[in-house]
Amino acid sequence: MSKVRIRLSFSGSRIKRPFVYELGKKFNVVTNIRRAEVSDSEGWVVLELESEQKEIDRAIKWTIDEGVHVTIIEGDFIEG
Amino acid sequence: MYRKVGGIEITKNINLQCKECQRVYDEEPVYVCEYCFGPLEVMYDYDNISRTISRDKISDGPNNLWRYDDLLPGSREQAVNIGAGMTPLLKANNLGRELGLSDLWIKNDSANPTHSFKDRVVSVATTKALEFKFETIACASTGNLAGATAAHGAKAGLKTIVFVPEDLEEGKIVGAAIFGSVVKVRGNYDEVNRLCSELGDDKRWAFVNINMRPYYSEGSKTLAFEVVEQLGWSAPDHIVVPVASGSLFTKIWKGLNELQTLRLIDGVATKMHVAQPYGCAPVANAILDGNTHPKPVIPETIAKSLAIGNPADGYYSIDIANKSKGTANIVAETDIAEGIKLLAETEGIFTETAGGVVISSLKRLAESGKIGKDQKTVALITGTGLKTIEAVKDSIKINTIEPNVQSFNEMFSR
Repeated sequence: MSKVRIRLSFSGSRIKRPFVYELGKKFNVVTNIRRAEVSDSEGWVVLELESEQKEIDRAIKWTIDEGVHVTIIEGDFIEG
Repeated sequence: MYRKVGGIEITKNINLQCKECQRVYDEEPVYVCEYCFGPLEVMYDYDNISRTISRDKISDGPNNLWRYDDLLPGSREQAVNIGAGMTPLLKANNLGRELGLSDLWIKNDSANPTHSFKDRVVSVATTKALEFKFETIACASTGNLAGATAAHGAKAGLKTIVFVPEDLEEGKIVGAAIFGSVVKVRGNYDEVNRLCSELGDDKRWAFVNINMRPYYSEGSKTLAFEVVEQLGWSAPDHIVVPVASGSLFTKIWKGLNELQTLRLIDGVATKMHVAQPYGCAPVANAILDGNTHPKPVIPETIAKSLAIGNPADGYYSIDIANKSKGTANIVAETDIAEGIKLLAETEGIFTETAGGVVISSLKRLAESGKIGKDQKTVALITGTGLKTIEAVKDSIKINTIEPNVQSFNEMFSR
């Protein structure tokens, strides 16, 4: 089992969509929210996904395809 | 409560603290708050430090970054030290005349042992790696960090593994491989990133900018400390900083404010200016658009040392730029080489592409009046141009003559 810490950012009409619920329903991933902030124009959620790595990859790809910004919370590791 | 490391008493009380929920952790190789996933930051007992620290004590210290060890998570006696820090701060009269600035200074960090500011952060990270009894130190890099990690790993006697993308220029690979093990990864930027994330979880390695990150990043504060000390213990009116992950930017601000907290300087009214290239400007774009968080980008810039599309400290950098009344500047890719040449031709300093971004930003700040003519301004030059000659080689004119005086005269009498 793998764990990935990510941040989902969204705006506009996507604010009203229950993305975290849909992630848990569509994919075999455990979602674990740690921080979040939602206003009437934008929102973000910091959460952990736990599952087999391939399932996490599929879940993240779906989220991106749905128009949500997905970033690894630690940022990029490769530095100049 | 003090600790003993290698028989030496560490007279500092250091903890880690989450920048988001403020939860406090012991000094361990961890970097993310296990409760809210916020980044961890080294915190010091300033009341204790203030009892002993002074300008004279610092000035009497070694001629390297460890003179500031009261404000670092390590001690000079235990430091892995190859001489990083105390690089020149040069009054840039020629460049200043060109830009209409009468109090312009260049902090030339390409004078570090492996020719970039990364020696500062890696010196601290390697020192902590030994303290935490790691046997292997590692990083993923496309340039300066690779050389700095390999060199300090060699000095520390640690096994060193530096991951680089397969298509990295040979000069940069050799520049790191000479000190130790370099592993070329057949994959793009994202794939190397992913591999290192997984290895960071699996192996008991000191990854300098992953599990050592809270300590590693503290080394950047010494740039601020030196600038202040070299300016006669005063903070400048402006600092122009190249921004990649945002770590350097945030730590310079932290360093300035620590000096104020400890009453080593009277105050901090420094405006912090972000400099990013057009092909990778998530922090600058967020500031200019009035956003609080950067939107990640896929980097496409010749300034490879600034090519971080998902900056870990982006949010905090945006906050500091706004709080300090600084600005953000996005430099056209075509202007980067111009900035490099301008600094070289006026001050005799050959900087890397990140420095070209800084100088071009500085030029724009001066032209727009955002930096006043007589205001004390420091531009940070974080690495040498010898590592990125491909960025300027096509714009350099080289004369060729026959081996006789006539040929020379013909060329130079024109």
